[in-house]
Parts: sequence; structure tokens; C-alpha cells
Amino acid sequence: MSNIKHLEDICTQVRRDILRQVHKVNSGHPGGSLGCAEFFVALYNDIMDRKETFDMDGADEDLFFLSNGHISPVFYSVLARAGYFPVEELNTFRLINSRLQGHPTTHEGLPGIRIASGSLGQGMSVALGAAQAKKLNKDSKLVYTLHGDGELQEGQNWEAIMYAAGKKVDNLIATIDLNGQQIDGSTDDVLPMGSIKGKFEAFGWTVLEIEEGNNLEAVLEGMAKAKAETGKGKPVCVLLKTIMGNGVDFMMHTHAWHGKAPNDAQLAEGLAQNPETLGDY
Amino acid sequence: MKTYTYTEKKDTRSGFGAGLTELGRTNPNVVALCADLIGSLKMNEFIKENPERFFQIGIAEANMMGIAAGLTIGGKIPFTGTFANFATGRVYDQIRQSIAYSGKNVKICASHAGLTLGEDGATHQILEDIGLMKMLPGMVVINPCDYNQTKAATIAIAAYEGPVYLRFGRPSVPIFTPEDQTFEIGKAIQLTEGTDVTIVATGHLVWEALEASKALHEAGISAEVINIHTIKPLDEAAILKSVAKTGCVVTAEEHNVLGGLGESVARVLATNNPTPQEFVGTNDTFGESGTPAQLMEKYGLNSASIIEKAKAVIKRK
Repeated sequence: MSNIKHLEDICTQVRRDILRQVHKVNSGHPGGSLGCAEFFVALYNDIMDRKETFDMDGADEDLFFLSNGHISPVFYSVLARAGYFPVEELNTFRLINSRLQGHPTTHEGLPGIRIASGSLGQGMSVALGAAQAKKLNKDSKLVYTLHGDGELQEGQNWEAIMYAAGKKVDNLIATIDLNGQQIDGSTDDVLPMGSIKGKFEAFGWTVLEIEEGNNLEAVLEGMAKAKAETGKGKPVCVLLKTIMGNGVDFMMHTHAWHGKAPNDAQLAEGLAQNPETLGDY
Repeated sequence: MKTYTYTEKKDTRSGFGAGLTELGRTNPNVVALCADLIGSLKMNEFIKENPERFFQIGIAEANMMGIAAGLTIGGKIPFTGTFANFATGRVYDQIRQSIAYSGKNVKICASHAGLTLGEDGATHQILEDIGLMKMLPGMVVINPCDYNQTKAATIAIAAYEGPVYLRFGRPSVPIFTPEDQTFEIGKAIQLTEGTDVTIVATGHLVWEALEASKALHEAGISAEVINIHTIKPLDEAAILKSVAKTGCVVTAEEHNVLGGLGESVARVLATNNPTPQEFVGTNDTFGESGTPAQLMEKYGLNSASIIEKAKAVIKRK
């Protein structure tokens, strides 16, 4: 396991990157991004067996697909900090002629991105295809995904969830960001979904829970366990309980910062709570 | 005038099946997906020969489009199979985001397009799919005219890198193009030479256009028939060259005139050489149950309609 202190430092810097990206263009999605910082940092710096360079096919390496594309700020920051593209490019987030589009896309050729996402509910199907291509290619590496909990309201997910178990796609680890929030309020208020765990289990998945999704050690431990569950004939689901807006106190536990950028004073406050560690871009 | 005959009729979907079977033997990267319509899409032979390269998705077309996009990551060339309605309208956003915008090398193969699906009626008879697909940036749209051409097109699109919509149908139609043809994406085929009117047709209407040209010839009208198997990218040069000679055009397609081949041709002409044009197609309407022949007659998608429109457009010159 990587040095926890180093990974914590990356998380802090990623939170700064998220705040600064959305502040600069006064748009973007900081809440869900902040909630998933530990997950992304753990994935790209410890859990995934990945190559340093990027090619679309990703043969003989683990792949990751972000289905809830609106949390692009955390994805871009972690990709840049992992060396896929220069961190200075975070300065171009959502600007005209940028590779860092509002929602991630392959269209501008940004290294690290393998599918466009933003219109919700499509990522798991794509991941299933990639996972089955790996099996066909006798490539033993894994496919990881991330989905929002609200995103599970999209029906295509359930087509994919049924297919994954039915076709024994056991080289897939799908993580659900259980922050309980969506644009119009809490998921319970907008559309109560009942037991997500029970639903995945009923569809035939192995389900693991990470109770403290913003505790780096818990995420590392939980994802390692998930990895150990692959290859056993069932797809693996990780229910990652996170706090939307984590790490910036006034953004936490609310859907208010789903798609809203901080003003100058709020940015200063948020950055003060997350001192520079690896150097700002 | 060059005339065309046939000895055999076959469905274009069987041309797709034969092409896919050949690809299974020649290209190890080709994989096939189907949403519970193997028999209708004539995919049986490919599946028998390459069971490991076939993915039965079940009745879940959205998932199928996503899985196809994912399979390209890893070097596969996925051919998806379902009815045209479920291959386009039902999954438009999946195609738009996961395939077209993401630039994935997926071949969306769609059978039972248009009215000639017949008795199942309007729920299954999509007449809007060409429009939907041609509007997607980067999407190639192909609608071949007979068994041989559909087989050739199926083989050709595997060698093309990028998303393709391949549209074909259910009824048996005359086989009049060569068995050994090489299919060139985006290259129109001039079938007859003429001086009075150009007839630009696609899919099942190409044979009807040839029938029309025969009758027109007997009436002293010289028609130039162009087979536009590729609606996008459109062979603009071929159309402009012909129209420069004839001075008028009839477009014919088994599709709504709104959003179809005719509008693509009209755009080319309006921009380069404004020309009288008449449209053979359905007119902003759904289909209904009936035999294919009854439907094509009721909705004016046959040689009689083409003849009538040809005579009308010549008068407008």
C-alpha cells in the first residue's frame, strides 16, 4: 500500500484543484467532485494497475470509466496529477478550445479519457463492452467504473446490471457514489430508490460497502477487497458512502453545491481549509 | 438505354447476414451483438462459426449500443443487429454520446427499415431513421439497394474506421447489381444515362427507379438513374454533374421526405445549382399495417409515383 501521507497530500491538492477549476469559470460541479477525491486518488495512485502512457485500447492494464461525467473536475485533477497531461492544463477547464470540456470526452483527445460521459446512465454498458473485450483478448486486467447514486434512476443501468451478472462479467468493479444527493434534493426526496445493496444483490452481484468513503485508508482497504472478489463468476459492486462537498465545510452535506461554483471569498475559505501540498497549477 | 433484369429476388437483410458471415471468416476483430433478433437479422451463420465473438444482449438496445462502444476499446469492430426503429430512435442518445461523439468504430446494422416491414405496423416501421442518423456528426449513413450490394456494403464498412449506420430491409427484392462488386462508401453509381431528368434513389426505391426509367423511355423521356447507396457522405459531384445535364431531379426513398435523402440533395442543389426537384417519400406520416406492396402503393413509394413526379418536374424546368 502506498504511503498514506503522500496520498492524503494528493487528495488535499486535488480538492484545491477542484475549487480553483470551477471558480475560474464560475461553473462546474464541485460537490460530487469533492466527495470522490479519495476514491479517485486511491484508484489512480494505488488500486489500478495502469500504464504511465495512454492509448485508447488500454491492453494489459486496468481501465476506468466515469459514468457520472459531471464530476469532471476531480477526474481532470487526478489524471493530471497522475501524469496523463500537464497540470497547467487545468487552467483551461471549460474554456473555449480546451481539451477539458465541461463533461469528459474523447473528442478533443485528452489522454486518460476513453468515452464521453455526461448524459447519465451509459457508463456501465460501455465498461461491460470493454470488460468483455478484455476477456476476448485474454487480458486479465480489470475494468473500474464510477456512478452516481441518483444516476441509478436511469433505466439503462438496470439493463447493464442484469447483463453483467447474467453474462458473468467478473472482471468489472462498479462503484456507486452513495452521497444521497442529486440536483433537486436528497435522493430520498426526489425518487426513493430503496435498498441499492438489495437491488444489486438480487441481480446477482457481489456487493461490498465502504462506510467511510472519504477515509482514504477505508477506501484503499475496501477497493483491495473488491479486487479480491473479481474472477469469481460475478460482477462486483462497491457502495461508497461519501459526503458531497467533503473537505470544504460549508459545501458538505448538501446538494446546494452540486453545480455551483464558489465566489472569491468562498474560494479563499475553501482553499484555506486545504493548504497547498503538491503545488498549485 | 441500359436495362436491368433479374433472375432472383432476395431480402437485403440476408445480404447483411452473408456479409457478416464472410467477415467472421476473414476479420478476427469483427464481433456481433444482437438484441434478441438473431433470425430476423440473419446472424445465425456468423454465430455458428464464431460463438465466442457473438454477444446476445437480450431486449436491451441501449445497453447494446454502450457495450458495442466499449468493445471498440480493445480493438474489436462491433456490428450491432436489431430493427431500424430500435437501432436509432430508441437509442439515439446512447449512439450520440457513447458512439458518435466518442468516435467509436461501431457498425449499427438495422433491418426492417421503412414501410416494407409490413403487417407489424407503424410501431415498427421507422421512416425517420435516415434523418436521425445523418444529423449525427461523423456518422456514415448507407442504404443499399439489393442483396448483393448489402453484402458488399457490410464487408466494406468493416474496413472503414468510424461509426456507420447500415440500413436494410425485410422483403424480397430483385437482385440486379453484380455479385462481385466492390462497395465504395460515398460513391454514387450511375445506373442509366439520360438527358431529361435525373432520378436519385436509395434502398428499395432504386429498383423502382429503374422500372420507372423503362416506362419513361417508352414515353420518350430519357431518365438518368443514380443509385445513392451512401446518403452521408453524399456524392455531391455525381448529383451536380447529372443535374447539370438534365436540369431537374426526382429523389426517391422509403423514408419521410422530411430529413431524408431528398433534403440532402436539395441542400446540395440549393447551394450549387438551384434546380427543380420533386420528392418521392412519405409525407410527414406514420405507416400502418398491410402487405409491403400495398403499403408502398398507398404511400406512393413505387415506380408509378416516380414516373408521375418525373413528368411533373420536367414541366417545371
